[in-house]
Amino acid sequence: MIAATPTYALPHSGNIVRATLDNGVTILVYENFAAQSVVFTGSLRAGAAYDVPDKSGLSSLVASAVMRGTTKRDFLGIHAALEDIGADVSVYAGGQRANFGGKSLAEDLPTLIDVLADVLRQPTFPAAQVERLRGEVLTGLQIRQQDTRYRANRLFSETLYPEGHPYHYSSRGTVETVKALSLDDIAAFHAAHYGPDAMHIVIVGAVKAADAINIVRDAFADWRNPNQPSTPPVPEPAPTAETRRASVALAGKTQSDIVMGTVGPSRYSPDYQAATLANSVMGQFGMMGRIGASVREDLGLAYYAYSAIEGGTGRGPWSISAGVNPKNVNLAIDRITDEVRRLVETPVTPDELSDNQSYYIGHLPLQLESNEGVAGTIHNMQVYDLGLDYLLHYRDIIAALTIDDLQLAARHYFNPDALVIAVAGPAENGV
Amino acid sequence: MSNVTRHVLSNGMVVLLKEVHSAPLASWWVLYRVGSRNEPTGITGASHWVEHMLFKGTEQFPPGYLDKAIDRLGGSWNAQTFIDYTAYYETLPAEHIELALKIEADRMINAAFDPEEVESERTVIISERQGAENSPGFWLGEAVQATAFRVHGYHHEIIGDTADLDSMTRTDLHTHYKRHYMPNNAIGVCVGAFDTAEMIQRIEAVYGAIPAGDAPKMFMRPEPEQTGERRVRIERPGAAAFIEVAYHAPAATDSDWFKLEIVNSILCGPDSLGGGGIDNKTSRLYRALVETELAASVDGGLTPTIDPYLYSIDITVRAGVDPADAERALDVEIDRLRAGDVTEAELARVKKQARALFAYSTERVTSQAFWLAFTENFGSHTWFADYVANLEAVTLDDVKDAAARYLRPQNRTVGWFIPTAGDDDEFEDGDDDESDGDE
Repeated sequence: MIAATPTYALPHSGNIVRATLDNGVTILVYENFAAQSVVFTGSLRAGAAYDVPDKSGLSSLVASAVMRGTTKRDFLGIHAALEDIGADVSVYAGGQRANFGGKSLAEDLPTLIDVLADVLRQPTFPAAQVERLRGEVLTGLQIRQQDTRYRANRLFSETLYPEGHPYHYSSRGTVETVKALSLDDIAAFHAAHYGPDAMHIVIVGAVKAADAINIVRDAFADWRNPNQPSTPPVPEPAPTAETRRASVALAGKTQSDIVMGTVGPSRYSPDYQAATLANSVMGQFGMMGRIGASVREDLGLAYYAYSAIEGGTGRGPWSISAGVNPKNVNLAIDRITDEVRRLVETPVTPDELSDNQSYYIGHLPLQLESNEGVAGTIHNMQVYDLGLDYLLHYRDIIAALTIDDLQLAARHYFNPDALVIAVAGPAENGV
Repeated sequence: MSNVTRHVLSNGMVVLLKEVHSAPLASWWVLYRVGSRNEPTGITGASHWVEHMLFKGTEQFPPGYLDKAIDRLGGSWNAQTFIDYTAYYETLPAEHIELALKIEADRMINAAFDPEEVESERTVIISERQGAENSPGFWLGEAVQATAFRVHGYHHEIIGDTADLDSMTRTDLHTHYKRHYMPNNAIGVCVGAFDTAEMIQRIEAVYGAIPAGDAPKMFMRPEPEQTGERRVRIERPGAAAFIEVAYHAPAATDSDWFKLEIVNSILCGPDSLGGGGIDNKTSRLYRALVETELAASVDGGLTPTIDPYLYSIDITVRAGVDPADAERALDVEIDRLRAGDVTEAELARVKKQARALFAYSTERVTSQAFWLAFTENFGSHTWFADYVANLEAVTLDDVKDAAARYLRPQNRTVGWFIPTAGDDDEFEDGDDDESDGDE
């Protein structure tokens, strides 16, 4: 049984107001007067895809550094403007794009957007502030070096994607690369990549659409950057021929973290939705799917065990993660491999298909309950060209998927005899 | 939070209802007045383990059935165990909220505690503790809490001590469940798209016949007043030094609580109210510790609790900095505040921040229902509705007075996490090869 389409209005082309400025900025506004707050989320073409390997972490450092001083406000001035009114703005680099988000009381939207424009358009990267930031980033990286989940994820990506592929590297960089980044590197990256071309901003909350568009237009309409390079294509990684296992031992740990899997679909892949539904059967639905039932419930092996697809512009990983006692590492890996094999070799049952279809369709109201949820969903629709009526078609898209579609998608991406497995944990056992 | 209807069933169960029609959703919470504070030595962690067992099935809903039933409807469900309570919730499309009512009524009295499931869950919970132990902050927090509380049940971690997790029996857990799970020890809250009168009838129909039990006695051993600074030091492999400074704080219903909430906002930035926090880069401690490059981060936290608990300040010490230097800089700021140098502008700012954070917290029915249940447990659901007004009423003299009384060295525990030697080379290299950290 598939849940009925909710009767409450979904965001769609009739209630999302979209405006495009001459310089390429797209503004999308969705009014919601249920709470007194307003949020924005958006992005521009300045993510880790534009980093070169020996400067990994540059896009991330630039995104943080823009908040450290502008031609109009110093560090304290930026944060006082926001914190004085209980508002928040953050800028952070993702794989492909630099993302930004923020929130305030609705009455303070003009201040919020003024600060956003200030930090995106005219940061000054004061040397003392950048050094302070670098120190904080290095401390964070050093702490992550001791985090078994982080290390297992890094090791997984480094084993799955070859050197030179952008997904091989952490968008945060390494202690070594972050230490070496210069002020010139930072300023040059900003000058080249921060600009209005293909910038999107979504505003959701207790504000009239026309007012929100005017506020954004006033702040961004005269922004120009003729130097913005085109988006680099993400290279296609070579398929893995056999299972490869890598591990890292960390002193003083009591739990091992496992990340294993393969290269998954991009958001643009025709079988993306089929793959996400297959993934849901394997490691999401009903408390982490079949893997949850096998590894967590039947064996009591793990505190967490689930699978995830990270398809973005390029082909991100399709991975299974679990945290287990070190002595159970091999057993957990065997069980997870069994589940991958089952997904590839045996069709899902009709009940599994319909359960997961209901889950995907029925979950929309919860996903869209908060302003941030709505803004994130509209932003995704814009970034991946899904169309503003995507949610209206969503039920039909999911309902049309068949058992064969799911199995074909699983087979397309997974070979159970050619997985990448990464483990981080204590030295004594399992690693 | 206005428009709340409070209704008490004949079996003593307190029910709070609030209609919110902005989304086609409803959230149903049942909170039991039992948390880690109610656990004597030997069964520490029992409340949290019982919470896990309530997801392991009843005769009506076998294990795994509900995970699928909830997901099929596109809903979410979860539970949380805290020092003062254990709470369960479902958030569902409003037309399906009946399922939530039935689930919670059923497991209030019928949880199976199958012996095999108990054993399987022992491994899961020990694994959960081990996962937490991978983080230095857990070791430090556990040590500070145990040092600050010698007598009161607040002295141990919610997850419990490993010795008890190893030895607790099915009987221990089932006894704990039967002693505390009953309608007259429960608070039910529904927020969402429904009609209040009709919802009361539905709740009466599902819960009214559950008999009241012998109300459990609160396990309460008051903590004697602390009469001198206590210090504790953890030395383990790690990447950075951490400092946690914890002052004994007032209970949530004490008017001093709001004064200390203002103190925390000034020192560390405002507390998030569950709707997402904001940055704290203009807070006094950020400026004194992070801008001066003594620390990588600083955070503060004051939790509303039944009995006096802790006001904690957590500092991540920057690599290469002596924690003593960071602690001295902290003390300078504490002394300033105790001397009463807060301005009217700072006070007004804190109040504006509170208005914004309060607005963020009301976007979701799940969060609104949580606040009603949580605050009813330690006093009244009006606590949250009055939160902003109570902060508005705090004066400069109040802030000075509260800082002077609570932020005394004699009233605090200072904990240091010191990373042990042997890892430094690794950080300098920053490489990720397989020999990393292998000692």
